Amino acid sequence: MITTKGNSKENIIRFLLIFASVISIITTIGILFSIFFQAIEFFQLKSFWYFLFGTEWSPGQENSKFGALPIFAGTFMITVIALLVAIPVGVGSAIYMSEYSSRLRRNILKPILEILAGIPTVVYGFFAALTIAPAIVSISGWFGLTAAYNSALACGIVMGVMIIPIIASLSDDVLRAVPNSQRNASLALGMTHSETIRHIIVPSAMPGIISAGLLGLSKAIGETMIVVMAAGLRPNLSWNPLEDMTTVTVRIVDSLVGDHAFDSPDTMSAFALGLVLFVVTLVLNMISLSQIRKFKAKYKINTL
Amino acid sequence: MNNQKNHNPFYDPSLSSRHRSARLFKAFTRGSILITLAFLCFFIFDMVRTAYPAMWQSYVKVEVSYNEKSSKISQKAIDKKFRKIVSRAWLRSIPKLLKQQPELMGTTANQWVLADDQVDQYMKGHHHNLKQKQVSVIETLKTNAQIELRWNNIFLSQGDSKLPENAGVYSSLIGSIFTLFVTLAIAFPLGVMTAIHLEEFARDNMLTRIIEVNINNLAAIPSILFGLLGLAVFINLFGLPRSSPLVGGLTLALMTLPIIIVSARAALRSVPDSIRQAGYGLGLTKIQIIQGNVLPIAFPGILTGTIIGLAQAMGETAPLIIIGMIAFIPDSPNSITDAATVLPAQIFTWAGMPERAYVEKTAAGIMVILLILFFLNAAAIYLRKKYEIKW
Repeated sequence: MITTKGNSKENIIRFLLIFASVISIITTIGILFSIFFQAIEFFQLKSFWYFLFGTEWSPGQENSKFGALPIFAGTFMITVIALLVAIPVGVGSAIYMSEYSSRLRRNILKPILEILAGIPTVVYGFFAALTIAPAIVSISGWFGLTAAYNSALACGIVMGVMIIPIIASLSDDVLRAVPNSQRNASLALGMTHSETIRHIIVPSAMPGIISAGLLGLSKAIGETMIVVMAAGLRPNLSWNPLEDMTTVTVRIVDSLVGDHAFDSPDTMSAFALGLVLFVVTLVLNMISLSQIRKFKAKYKINTL
Repeated sequence: MNNQKNHNPFYDPSLSSRHRSARLFKAFTRGSILITLAFLCFFIFDMVRTAYPAMWQSYVKVEVSYNEKSSKISQKAIDKKFRKIVSRAWLRSIPKLLKQQPELMGTTANQWVLADDQVDQYMKGHHHNLKQKQVSVIETLKTNAQIELRWNNIFLSQGDSKLPENAGVYSSLIGSIFTLFVTLAIAFPLGVMTAIHLEEFARDNMLTRIIEVNINNLAAIPSILFGLLGLAVFINLFGLPRSSPLVGGLTLALMTLPIIIVSARAALRSVPDSIRQAGYGLGLTKIQIIQGNVLPIAFPGILTGTIIGLAQAMGETAPLIIIGMIAFIPDSPNSITDAATVLPAQIFTWAGMPERAYVEKTAAGIMVILLILFFLNAAAIYLRKKYEIKW
């Protein structure tokens, strides 16, 4: 009698547990659908191909055009600058922490990186707009160049600093997971410590480092506050990082905080841009996960 | 020396250049960690330096006459030459004060009142838009010691204001607490239940694998897309009130969920199987074992992960902008369905203000949020260290 009573109670609890687990799937589907249907409506009004490859973005007027190429280009430019800052510094820091520093020093450095990772992005945005952007204007002034006060360079640098801890922390874990036998074998053959790192450890850890880089890339593409506060609003197709540029996330925020009607093409363009953002970050994340899985399978590690 | 090299069969002529490149490589890695540290130090120094003036606020001593005229047009309460010197926020409060304390009517008082933000900026030596006439008035006040910088207690006790001298973070702090409360109430039970299901019950089937991949992906979706979800589903579909902590909390809960699930799973996994087997040996059911033994042991780990998740939700701004939590809201919310703003959104709004006085307010708001995040993370680390069990 007691067992059956217990069983029915257990069944209810197990049902609740499964229900809770399914919420995460519902969330993803919810995000996908809420973006997808609005985007479809948008593409019924405006051409899909012009959206991907057109070069003029002029919302809020009659015959408004929605060619997002300059927006993608701006996102690309800022992201590339961010990665140029974050990958060398992040991987370098990770190598220092995992290979050179003492245990004690590592135990101090790791929490400091966590502090950097915990700073809200709105704070980075204020810092970029208040300190870094004017500094870049005056530095480029010394070289006789003119920089905008909302230059892509300022955003890119600060965004790079933001993703350093992401790349450093994951790379550090991966580098430390490389088996010690490989290190010892290389040192026994007479390689110097740095040669061991460069030719043995880093190539072994490469899938994990690539995974960290892709994660940083996806964070940089999806980052909103830094670019909303420090980048421009003007879609600008240019190769000059000192000019102002806009990004996908800036345009999403800009078209949703204005006083447009919810079913106007201006508002719905945000969902079309959101769909692109969703697909790109999802693909990057999938590749990143498959890389780290490859690394885990190779060295039979379960802790990453 | 040369002889030694020639007779040493192990001598490698490239050795010195190899050692040089080794030193260079080490210098590069050390340099990159130093760059990171230098940036952090510079950042903190810059924020503290910008925020420091916001700790003080200018007050002036002027003659105030409370009479019929000043209860109607509050500007008349003070001498004409001081009208640009005192804060308009204080002037506006005169009629209300007279209504509350009618015995003041007909009296004059020589009292300290809040100064205008431009005067405040002048006193702090920053850029200001004062006219020459006003500057000379301030200089006379200065020589008579009738103007001074005082500890700014408005900043932590007042809500937002269009007048910088009267603006504070109180209402946005209350908004943040309401929002985080909703986040915690939703994300904590759901996250822990999901973790229990995946760690203790789930078999390795299709559904389990989909859930696992999905949680990993959810953690990597840009936060702004959660804002689009909140706007399209919670506001447009369910009709929940815009700008409310309820919608903000729900949106942030979905973002915090993966963090709580991952840390709760790690905590449950660290409980050794011998605990469970001992329970079975005593004839307990699986649910009883999880409730009575596994969860209490894993609880500190789960709590640590939850606090870290909440700390991230605390600093999140982008999705809350999309669902409208950046509106100008001077009063603190009374319930989770009132319109509210949160601390990071307040920082964002102030950062976009044209007045110079808001720069120090923004930096001070940043110091407040960084301190809160620091204490949250410190609490998480303390809990982890205190209750960590080595098996």
